[in-house]
Amino acid sequence: MSALEIILVVVFLASAALGYKLINAVPSLLHTPLMSGMNALSGITILGMIAVTAFSQSNLARLVGMMGIIAAVINVVAGFGVTERMLRMFKSGKEAEGEGS
Amino acid sequence: MGLVEMILDIGIPLILCLGVLSGIRLMSNVKTAVNGNRLSALCMLLAIIYVFLRTDVSGALVHIIAGITIGILVSITITVRVRMIQMPQMVGLLNGLGGLASALAAIITLNSVEPQSGFGLITSGLALAVGALTFSGSMVAAGKLQGTLPQRPRVYPGHQTMTVLIALGILILITLLPIFPDISGLACLLLSILGLLFGYFFAIRVGGADMPITISLLNSTSGVAAGIAGMALGDFLLVSVGGIVGASGLLLTRIMCRSMNRSLSAVLFGKAATGEKKEQALQTEPAEIVGETEAKESVDPIVWLKEAQSVIIIPGYGMALSQAQEQVKTLADLLEAKGTGVRFAIHPVAGRMPGHMNVLLAEVDVPYDKLFEMEAINPDFAHTDLALVIGANDVVNPAANTAEGTPIYGMPVLSAEHAKRLMILNFDTKPGYAGVHNPLYDGAPNICLMLGDAKGSLEQLIAGLG
Repeated sequence: MSALEIILVVVFLASAALGYKLINAVPSLLHTPLMSGMNALSGITILGMIAVTAFSQSNLARLVGMMGIIAAVINVVAGFGVTERMLRMFKSGKEAEGEGS
Repeated sequence: MGLVEMILDIGIPLILCLGVLSGIRLMSNVKTAVNGNRLSALCMLLAIIYVFLRTDVSGALVHIIAGITIGILVSITITVRVRMIQMPQMVGLLNGLGGLASALAAIITLNSVEPQSGFGLITSGLALAVGALTFSGSMVAAGKLQGTLPQRPRVYPGHQTMTVLIALGILILITLLPIFPDISGLACLLLSILGLLFGYFFAIRVGGADMPITISLLNSTSGVAAGIAGMALGDFLLVSVGGIVGASGLLLTRIMCRSMNRSLSAVLFGKAATGEKKEQALQTEPAEIVGETEAKESVDPIVWLKEAQSVIIIPGYGMALSQAQEQVKTLADLLEAKGTGVRFAIHPVAGRMPGHMNVLLAEVDVPYDKLFEMEAINPDFAHTDLALVIGANDVVNPAANTAEGTPIYGMPVLSAEHAKRLMILNFDTKPGYAGVHNPLYDGAPNICLMLGDAKGSLEQLIAGLG
């Protein structure tokens, strides 16, 4: 393994450890939006998708790339979209009253 | 590579990654969570722009733009149309798409003309397999949640052996990749098939109530797939965010497992909560329950509601199933209007995904400061006049504390039976998903059972109070 490859693995493990610590602090009240937000983040693979599609040599590869981009974009955009919708529903007692009056 | 480029190549992903982490940090408080989500989304947008600036996309510009446009159009439709009740299957579906994208990225990388290092081949192979299993597993899970596939666990003959063999096959193929790089085309095909099969076999044996664990685990694998694909491509941001998502899913999986008293391996390899145990429990169930519950109809639930000064409502999957959230809110409002204190007790695994009940109640404007986690509210049952269980069973089953040897023994449950009076709205008195008879149904002077669809029962109560 080259130095770069080792660094990549280390970055993966370090991020995982840091993420684990941060996510531990999220209350179970927000677990559904947390999960759907994380889900949206897993669409980060869009970055790789765009790069491999750009470097593709054949038309077939570019078509496969396009499919992948569609899947990843839906994952990201709809993921953040539904998370936003869910989070905006959470209101405290005061906020709910304010809206009602 | 110039110094400036190098700084940009490391610095920009680092900044974006820190942005995502700050976004997650903001998610830990309900007041800042919306901004946290937006910050994460913004970082993602910047990352995509950065890729466009850094990469020469002219070779496939049409495909890329078309892909993004189609994706955005579909997303808008989904975001606007999806109902909260469909959220579990939606998360499953989107998760599957993320896995699919990682698998496709790996396929293209494996088939590219440029020769690759052993590390590149191994990580591509892994990303392909994990992406494929995330895709098929998520699709099966989403199908089960939507009801297009039967919810019951389906176990094939030799199921476990097959799962192990498939996993071995995947590992062998990946090890072979760097030794025989020429077979990458064939290996690609085989890895895709084996990955898809693994995901299918994994998810098809999982029953309804184990879904929170399954969905969390697939959430984790989708992150891992993205992270490993990032290693294959040498993309730091992909690696880092993939790692974060992988860890998050794993953490949720652990929380879910703990709350359900299930070990991860039991869910993965389907050791418990299958048919046999359920039948056993059904047989030991006392036969006279039905008669006793009928006798209990003489207590007037309306009077109980009127007499109670403090009420704790315990919603479960039955509430979601009969879509009775609106009625629950109406009842809570009616009770509060006459001065009764109403709170909600939420078991961590009530429903079909982590936090499912909170979202459903938030949708009908129940303020989140009335929703209490199990540990916070359990001591309060003892000085509460009435606990109202709506479509929950296993999560209030006191057998979890007493019935050694049953699947739920040791599982943390809501101690609803400690309340002065207990009212249970349930479809029937059959054991819940865990298959353990619930002694609360045996009839006690302070327990009132209302059988039937939760929505109908609630409407009766509302009419009686109103």
